[in-house]
Amino acid sequence: MERPLTQHIHPDGTTRTLREYVKTGGYSSLQRLSSGLAPKDLQRLVTDAGLRGRGGGGFLTGTKWSFVPMGPDAHKPKYIVANGDEMEPGTFKDRVLMEGDPHGLVEGMILAGYAIDAEVGYIFLRGEYHLSAQRLTEAIAEAYAAGYLGKPLPGTGFRFDLHLHASAGRYICGEETALINALEGKRAVPRAKPPFPQTVGLWGKPTVVQNVETLYNVPHIVNQGSDWYHRLSRTQDGGTKIYGISGRVVNPGWWELPLGTTAREVLERYAGGMADGVRFRGLLPGGISTAFMTEEHLDLPLDFSSIPPEVGRLGTATMIVLDDHTCPVGFVLNLEKFFARESCGWCTPCREGLPWVARILMSFEEGRATSEDLSLLKMHAKWLAPGHTFCGLAPGAMAPLQSALKYFHDDFERHISTGGCPWSKKSSQQRVLV
Amino acid sequence: MATIIVDNKSYTVDEQQNLLAACLGHGLNVPYFCWHPAMGSVGACRQCAVKQFKDDRDQSGRLVMSCMTPATNGTRISIDDPEAKAFRASVIEWLMVNHPHDCPVCDEGGECHLQDMTVMTGHVYRRYRYQKRTHRNQSLGPFIRHEMNRCIQCYRCVRYYRDYAGGRDLNVFGSHDALYFGREQDGTLENEFSGNLVEVCPTGVFTDKTFFHHYTRKWDLQAAQSICPHCSLGCNTTAGERSGTLRRITNRFNSQVNGYFLCDRGRFGYEYVNSPHRIKRAVVRQERHASKLGTTEEVSQPLEFAADCVRKARGIVGIGSPRASLEANVALRSLVGPQHFYQGIDEQERQLLSTILKVLQTGPVPSASIHDAEQSDAVFVLGSDLLNEAPRLALALLQSIRQQPMEQVDELKIPRWDEAAVRNAMQNRRGPLFLAGFQRTWFHEYATDTYFAAPDDIARLGFAVAGSIGEGAPSVPDLSPEVRDLTQRIAEALTHAQRPLIIAGTASGSQATIEAAANVAWALQQQGKQPRLSFVLPECNSAGLALLGGGSLNDAFDAIRQGKADTVIVLENDLYRRADQANVDAFFETAQTVVVIDSIEHRTTAHADVLLPAATGPESDGTFVNQEGRAQRFYQVFIQDGDIKESWRWLSDLGRATSQESGSESGVAAWRNFDDAVSATAIAVPELARIGEVAPSASFRMVGQKFPRQSERCSGRTSLTSHLTMHEPPPPVDHDSPLGFTMEGYRGPLPSPLISQFWAPGWNSIQAVNTYQDEVGGPLRDEMPGVRLIEPVATKAADWFTTIPRAFQPTAHQWLLLPLSAVFGSDELSNRSPAIAERIGKPFLSLHPSDGAQLTLEDHSTIDLVLQGTTYCLVVHLDPSTPVGTAGLSLVPEVSGVRVPAWVDLLKAIQTEHKRRAA
Repeated sequence: MERPLTQHIHPDGTTRTLREYVKTGGYSSLQRLSSGLAPKDLQRLVTDAGLRGRGGGGFLTGTKWSFVPMGPDAHKPKYIVANGDEMEPGTFKDRVLMEGDPHGLVEGMILAGYAIDAEVGYIFLRGEYHLSAQRLTEAIAEAYAAGYLGKPLPGTGFRFDLHLHASAGRYICGEETALINALEGKRAVPRAKPPFPQTVGLWGKPTVVQNVETLYNVPHIVNQGSDWYHRLSRTQDGGTKIYGISGRVVNPGWWELPLGTTAREVLERYAGGMADGVRFRGLLPGGISTAFMTEEHLDLPLDFSSIPPEVGRLGTATMIVLDDHTCPVGFVLNLEKFFARESCGWCTPCREGLPWVARILMSFEEGRATSEDLSLLKMHAKWLAPGHTFCGLAPGAMAPLQSALKYFHDDFERHISTGGCPWSKKSSQQRVLV
Repeated sequence: MATIIVDNKSYTVDEQQNLLAACLGHGLNVPYFCWHPAMGSVGACRQCAVKQFKDDRDQSGRLVMSCMTPATNGTRISIDDPEAKAFRASVIEWLMVNHPHDCPVCDEGGECHLQDMTVMTGHVYRRYRYQKRTHRNQSLGPFIRHEMNRCIQCYRCVRYYRDYAGGRDLNVFGSHDALYFGREQDGTLENEFSGNLVEVCPTGVFTDKTFFHHYTRKWDLQAAQSICPHCSLGCNTTAGERSGTLRRITNRFNSQVNGYFLCDRGRFGYEYVNSPHRIKRAVVRQERHASKLGTTEEVSQPLEFAADCVRKARGIVGIGSPRASLEANVALRSLVGPQHFYQGIDEQERQLLSTILKVLQTGPVPSASIHDAEQSDAVFVLGSDLLNEAPRLALALLQSIRQQPMEQVDELKIPRWDEAAVRNAMQNRRGPLFLAGFQRTWFHEYATDTYFAAPDDIARLGFAVAGSIGEGAPSVPDLSPEVRDLTQRIAEALTHAQRPLIIAGTASGSQATIEAAANVAWALQQQGKQPRLSFVLPECNSAGLALLGGGSLNDAFDAIRQGKADTVIVLENDLYRRADQANVDAFFETAQTVVVIDSIEHRTTAHADVLLPAATGPESDGTFVNQEGRAQRFYQVFIQDGDIKESWRWLSDLGRATSQESGSESGVAAWRNFDDAVSATAIAVPELARIGEVAPSASFRMVGQKFPRQSERCSGRTSLTSHLTMHEPPPPVDHDSPLGFTMEGYRGPLPSPLISQFWAPGWNSIQAVNTYQDEVGGPLRDEMPGVRLIEPVATKAADWFTTIPRAFQPTAHQWLLLPLSAVFGSDELSNRSPAIAERIGKPFLSLHPSDGAQLTLEDHSTIDLVLQGTTYCLVVHLDPSTPVGTAGLSLVPEVSGVRVPAWVDLLKAIQTEHKRRAA
């Protein structure tokens, strides 16, 4: 099984230097640029490869690039921004890559910049990723010294500059337009679309914001072609994916696997199944803004096209497992408190609705909930939907709630009927006051 | 135009609009908070959700925010859709989660947009059963009260204050449901337009602190249409009164003038009307006339006494006023005769005004309204300090600099109402704004280029720009390389624009800057542009007075000194603000009798033999002509007690009393009501002929009824005097206007000059103005925005001004003392308002640091300066923007007697220097 993204990452956690990176074929993709691979060709190559955004959206990368105005009349400068604000709870895949192989991101960004004719790149990095910041800073310096950055690439006339920006830290900065606002020094509040960043982005200029893992794929596609890339995958979307698991499993961790691997495989074959004494109840497939999947969904291929909308979506593919010793209501309460706190405060339903939801869930845990509270939760799950709120944060927050109300309805009812949390004695769930 | 279908009915709308604006324009009630007609859409509050359908087969539809959805042709929406209604009710429910239930004690209550929208959506029952968040409120200075707990986080305040008005010291802090809209720390809101927060805020977070000090329920206010008297722009206001006290000023929409916003001087300067220094009784000053006339007889009838003096006079001097209405000035002119009527301004100002009139009347370029200024795509200001002299115009220019970048935004197909997207696309790009002056303000940060120089040099820059644009326009040969470059940049920017605006004014006392501005505008006209000119004038009716004509104050002084007259009638004018103290003293000393008609005590009223108490603007009817040449009517709000009468009525009464013996009443003596005053004004000079068209006459009725000054909801009227009598006294009768001092009368569509308060069922806040417009943000339905009295001669070729001053040369001992206007401090009337008085700075002398070094003065040190015979205590400001060889004097009340510009030997004039550093 090929693991193009992670095969060279040192198991001891040390980083890879430029010399090591080049020795294993690093930066060789740039030579293709001088041998006649025009930006449009690169866009087509990536489209043909079926690379889809690894941040959770799953949007076709080549299509995303194709919206950028090209040619001499396009507004300049254009920007490529790596979204390294990996704040999705349970998600740590980009960190693995940036810490283990920082040059892969530099190379991916040069290529993505070339594809849209963007001469400046920014890496927007989660503030807490100190080690990534340190290693990326070193890698960028090495790449400048080696002439990959800051100088016209041989035979192309294309010159790329790359900057690292460490976030001041808000979950909403992972939303691409809020990220752009944050990068501009404004409040990290999302922007309405249209206009899309591809036409009006960073400092009003055409901009593509791309997830870190996505960018790591680009050099390999350039080097080995779209057919090879499709062969890596088990489904129609190309490539591999970094899957992860946290929760009460035998062996939590991450694995680069063919896209389309099922949750059951990851859970049982790689994570070694559930820990002793606990049983599986459900999992959030990719971060906390995805809906619960239960036993019946475990054989669905985890990719961007196989999960039916009524079930949910893949998200970041780093799963969080819910076991039977954990109160699902307390579990969801924990998530909703996070969302309520991380709401940017711009639109009403999210700003006011999420704290209300969290307080209602708190009252379930404290035994003060009534059946009207259930209908209030359902009301929020209904209203905080895409298009009703300004961005995807609140709809994302409703995904686990809504699915929990569906799959664990009895547990909610039991909180009302027994006047408190049935798990309160045996659960290790920490209660944090809302 | 586009057709949209709303709840199965077709409406024709402007496709450039969003659905919310389109619906509101058709009178459809869609609730909203974050959207504002002047500030566009940002989609934050989610209150304006409607259901949109793909086509007529689509039954399910989806919720969209109407403010963020373009009104494209064929759009199908439903406002009444049950899901849309339920969602909107939920939005209110969320907003109410933390909103206090303090409506009964809230200053906003009764005209609260949040109340209106809550009722509109039908949210009544509270399901949120947890604690509300609480905030600490801030002390924001004398104008604004802050109550953060009421905040519904619509972001309008910061969008207005920062994005629209250029303020920096109000911001939003925090995030999620812990947002705070305020300052970094307690302190006075610095922006000159902060008062608009009161109207921009949809609920009671920001309220009018001056109103709070004499609060009354809004529906108990008796209100009428006013014109702001505090600068020359003539912003339209509504003044509200109760129980003989003027309570507040609010904005009155006029699409051509002030639109939705006022400046703080205009909004909070009204309290001079309630001043303890108001003159309330007509008096004859026994002691003064006794010493002159040698009689000790008690005079009980001041008017008869005055009439007697006028009758016996060996000649009368009538001194008019640029802050009195046209009708009052015409009354005086009629009483004393045109040849004895003087404008009451000094010779220099008279000449400047007459030059401006000549430029506008005989030149090819029209004057600009504030609305025109907002639409300008390049602006060049010569010598005027707009932020301090005509603030609302500066606010307009902050919008004008968006015009050119907006054209680039148009290319991106971003609708202009999509405010956040427009700002993101525009970033910091700004259209051309060139500011030449001699005092730096924060407004200069928005300028493309600034030029700080003495007035003569500013004029030379203007002439040079005109010379490089216009064929045949005189050029300026001996410019420095820097100024030559600047000239080229300005000329290029102006010629690349379509609607350039050139602004100059009278404040710097420089004839040359006015002429230079005219040359620039004419040169642009010659190049096929559509330029506009705007001249900032000293006072609210300076233009009206100039149109009326008459000699200067100096001429009046001469008439008395030469014995051509012995009796003086001063109309609403403090001569000590306009001439040297010695001259005015001599003038009053020489005059046999001095009759003063004014509303408030000042140094001139102290010299009156007969003092007649005049009504202020809100106590009278009248007409002002603003700096654009637009005549606008204001109406009496309430009847003051005491002997207070409108000036024109005093003069009419005086005329009648004077002519009683002869028995024949003519001229002003024959005036019976305000309509007579207007008719007489219309025939006083040809330029004023259209004065009658400004507003309907007193006989105007709708379905036979007058128009109430009191609201439909005016409460407690019948009980006010019930402890004295159960009979309700009849309301006073107004013979002068179509308005009544009652709550009865016609309520319905009105000619716009007669709309005192914007109100519609369900719309109790100022946002009700939407319901008076066919297109929200556009003109009022059948708007009568005043009458422009001055229009250009379209076909005329430019008759260039050719007198180019020589470059300013600093001299060894003499400094050119220049006037530095202050938004709070330079206006005579607003200074008497306690809130404004609190904002008036200490008088200061501004010097270039090199001049400071020469004079061995330290920054912030205090000096005693002898100017024109009086010693003033001033703080020294060393400011690099002060041109070398000049000294700026802040025009605050303490120094209001100083005549500027003037040459001063500072080496001699500075008596002592304490070298005290201010704390």
